[in-house]
Formats: sequence, C-alpha cells, structure tokens
Amino acid sequence: MRDAFIRALTELAGEDPRVMLLNGDLGFKVLDDFIERYPESYVNAGIAEQNMTAVACGMAIAGARAYTYSIGNFPTLRCLEQIRNDICYHHADVTIVAVGGGLSYGQLGMSHFAIEDLAILRALPEMTVVAPSDPWQAYALTRQLHARGGPAYLRIDKSAAGLPEGAVTLGKARQVRAGSDAVIFATGGIVAEALAASELLAAEGRSIRVVDVHTIKPLDIEAIRAAATECGLVVTLEEHNVIGGLGSAVAEACLEAGVPLRAFRRIGLEDSFPTVVGDQTYLRARYKLDAPAVVAVLRTMLAT
Amino acid sequence: MTDKADTELLAWRLRRHVVQMCSSGGSAHVGSGLSAADVIALLYGEILRVDPADPLWSDRDRFILSKGHAGACIYAALAERGFFPVERLAQHYQNGSILSGHVSHKGVPGVEVSTGSLGHGLGIGAGMAMQLRRAGGGQHVYVLMSDGECGEGSNWEAILFAAHHGLSNLCAIVDYNKLQSLGSVAETLGLEPFADKWRTFGWSVQQVDGHDHEALRRAFASRDPDRPTCIIADTVKGRGVSFMENSVLWHYRVPRGNEFDAAMAELQREPKTAHSVMSDA
Repeated sequence: MRDAFIRALTELAGEDPRVMLLNGDLGFKVLDDFIERYPESYVNAGIAEQNMTAVACGMAIAGARAYTYSIGNFPTLRCLEQIRNDICYHHADVTIVAVGGGLSYGQLGMSHFAIEDLAILRALPEMTVVAPSDPWQAYALTRQLHARGGPAYLRIDKSAAGLPEGAVTLGKARQVRAGSDAVIFATGGIVAEALAASELLAAEGRSIRVVDVHTIKPLDIEAIRAAATECGLVVTLEEHNVIGGLGSAVAEACLEAGVPLRAFRRIGLEDSFPTVVGDQTYLRARYKLDAPAVVAVLRTMLAT
Repeated sequence: MTDKADTELLAWRLRRHVVQMCSSGGSAHVGSGLSAADVIALLYGEILRVDPADPLWSDRDRFILSKGHAGACIYAALAERGFFPVERLAQHYQNGSILSGHVSHKGVPGVEVSTGSLGHGLGIGAGMAMQLRRAGGGQHVYVLMSDGECGEGSNWEAILFAAHHGLSNLCAIVDYNKLQSLGSVAETLGLEPFADKWRTFGWSVQQVDGHDHEALRRAFASRDPDRPTCIIADTVKGRGVSFMENSVLWHYRVPRGNEFDAAMAELQREPKTAHSVMSDA
C-alpha cells in the first residue's frame, strides 16, 4: 500500500510542480525513485515533526501542494497542534501521510501503534480522513485527494483487503460483499477480516454484508444509513481504539438518522494499549479483531 | 513607505491604540504590545513591501506575528497602514468580533497567519521562505517572536531547519523584553547566551536596542546573503508608560480609570522626547 501511494505521488509530482514532499527522515530506499526524479520537490525535514508540519503549512500557504510523510503517530499526534492551528485553521493544502496504520508495526511496540489517529484527526475541522483497504485503493484515493486538496490525512496500512481492483470514490463507502442479515462496516486492511467473517458465516447460512468505509470523514452518511436500515444488525470493525473512530462515526450517523437498529457493536481495541508485540495477524487474533472474533460477535447478535 | 519622523510618530500612535484597545476590550498583554511597538512601526512603516490596496499581492513580503498575544499592536499597525479603517479597532475583543486577542487572519486583511499558541510562527515562516525561494521570488519573510516563546522546542527545530537550508530570505526578530508570563526569562527558563545560541545554530545575528529606530534600520539593512537573519531587539516591556515598564503585572492587567488616563497622558509625548530620537542625537 505504501508503494502504491508513492507511485501515485511520484506521478503527481511529474504532473504538478507545486507538489512538495516533506519526509520525517523515514522510509529507507522507498522514496528513492521520487527523490531521483524530482529532487526539487523533496525535503527530508529531519526528525522534527512539529517543524516539518509547520513548514508544510507555510509552503502550502505560499503556493505549494505539500505532503508530510512519516510513520505511526509521528506525523499526527507528535505535531497535533501544528495540524490543528496551522494546517486546519488556515485550510492549508497539506496531506499528512502516516505509514503503519493500526497495528502494522506490531513488533515495534506501543509507541508505533497508530490506534487513536482516526478519532483525533476526525475531530479536527476542515480535515478529510482516509484509510484505504488495498494498494490499488491507496493509489486511486491519493490521486483523488490531490484533486480535492488538503487538509487531509491518509492512513497507510501494511495489510490489505485483497480485493480485485475496482471503482473507488473518495467520500463514498463501498459495498464489497452483499448480504442482508447484518452489515459489517470496516476501514483499512482489516476489511479482509470482515470479508473472512462473512465467508465463515455464509457456511452457516447467514448473509453478512460488508461495507468498506475508506473515507472516515466526510462520512458517507447516506450509504451507512441505507445499509444499516436494510440489515438491522450493525457491526463496525477497525484496527483502532473503539472510542472515536469508525465505530463512533457510524453510531453517530445511525442514531441521528433514526435508523431502527436491532443491535450495534463496535469491534476494535477495547480502550487499552496492547502490551505484547507480534505481527499484525497475531495481534488481531490476540485482541479479538480477527475474523473468528467478528464471527463470535455476529453469532451472538444473530441469535437474539 | 513613510519617512523616519513618521515612523516615530507611528510607534507612539500604535502604543496609544494598544492601551485604548486593551482598556476598552478588557484585554491582557498591553505590556507586550508596547514592547514591540517600535519594531512593528519600523516593519509596517518602512521595511515590509506590502500594498494595503492589494493585501494578497503575490510579490509582497510576508509578516508573521509568532507572539500572537501582541495582536492588538498588529491590528493597529494594519489599520494605520490603511488595510482597514482605524475605527474598526474598537471591535477588538468584543462579542462577535473577528479581532481576537491573539492575531487571526480570518477576515482581517493583511494578516497572513493566525497564531496564539507559541512556537508556531517560525516554522511556518521557514516554509513560506522556502516556497517563495523555490518559486523564484524575491520576497522576504519576517517573523516576530517573543523571548519566552523561545522555550518552545519547535522554534529550535525551525532554527535548525532555516539555517540548514540557508533561508536568507527569512528574518526572525525577537522582542527581548526579558519578561515572560510569571516572571523574568532569566529566572524561568534562561536563554543566555541568547545571541550565541542563534549564531552557533548558523544564523546571522544582530542584537540592537529595540526602541532605537536607527539601530533597527541598520539591522534590517544588513542581511547575510546566505543565511537567515535574527535580530534580537532588546526592549522594555510596557515601554512608554512609566508604571508599566519592566512589570510582570502589566502582562495581564487591564488599564482602566486613572491608570488608563495616566498611560494615555504619557503616550501623548512628542517623539522628540523619546529615547530613540535622543540616542540618535
């Protein structure tokens, strides 16, 4: 997914000389092609994320189309006030790119788990929040975000849903599996677990719809309202704290639209830090974010 | 651009506006506005290439007030330069007003960047300077900072960055009045040797009397072609009102009643009695 983003941005730099990539000194080798082809459009800002973000804002105000790039929480939480006061309040054309959404860097420990980013970035006025589920989506949504302009946050996952390339539109949720007994709204690569859960339950005669909510903000309220109304049982799934992210956004949308839900469950990290490490697959199982965990939740909901 | 005597007069008019605005608005930070009034008068009177008739003129110089709490003085300078009517200054701090205590760009012609949280302006200014240079323009970017603000680590990130990239079109001015929120800078989180810090970080540094217009003019005129410039302006907090000078109290206190009258009376002085002209003689 990271490489797909970089491929899209490299193309954009060729098409638009205003593109400026500011890197927080991370991504060994992966940016080499970009740097070689467009050295004038690249700065390694060093390990100084507050300044990188403020500089990106200043460059954007002066005419650049800026991207900040780093991993985990470094381009977001570390410099949150620069994002809020500088980028958002000035509606500066800056897209913040964080590689390693959720538990992508599962072996690196708590500092590298980006598990509150969606909630925190979503709460900022002016901000667009996007979490692609597949590399091809990351490519397409990067180009669409560029056409729209910042402020934006792009969360790049290591995992992928594994879906074939199709049409994706910024701001429009995407049904990726039909079903009518319940609906799972998921975001990011963990859409794969939702699809697997749906497959497992299909063997039991249950029809579970899966909707990929790649754009957390602005939320596709109409699509969520329609799917929730049609299915009645709603589960949200995200590699993120259960507080404030996709689950909260979907709950808000359903409640305010008066959707008559029979049951609603958020699946995510239960407001706690993972204290063990492991790869993304391991941690999903350990913290009950994987397909069997989703199946267990849905079985309970379907039985009542 | 104004002539030198006009700039002196402008500085004292700015001070009267600041006291008037802080009094009628019930707002704090009168001491900060008085401290920076000479630097701001120089900038808006002589240094900045800006056009009040075309605030977004692409070739304009950019000014950022990183010490956003001195917003009253910037609003006053913009009004005096004709960016908007002087009468509008009465809206400062009022319900429904856009003239916030900390400077805001929303709907205020001439304000480039909103600040208020310290440690933001220099990084933004560095970004502006880099992009303007990249686009081949000759514009300069000026950032006015406070001394207490230099406790923010983000400034030192920006200081490293600007020097590393040789942003010679960037000029930081520190309003070094030696007082911060609760006490002296030296007692709180000392900066000395302050000029040496900037120098060793790779900046061209000049330390001058921040109320001496001729000294400020010389500092603004002597820029290094390869490095960013820092002007450390030695100032007096509350400058121009005897009972406000060097007083932490007047970081917060609102001038009202007799105090307001006394302050305005002192600020009616002709510039000939001002320190800056005396030192020039």
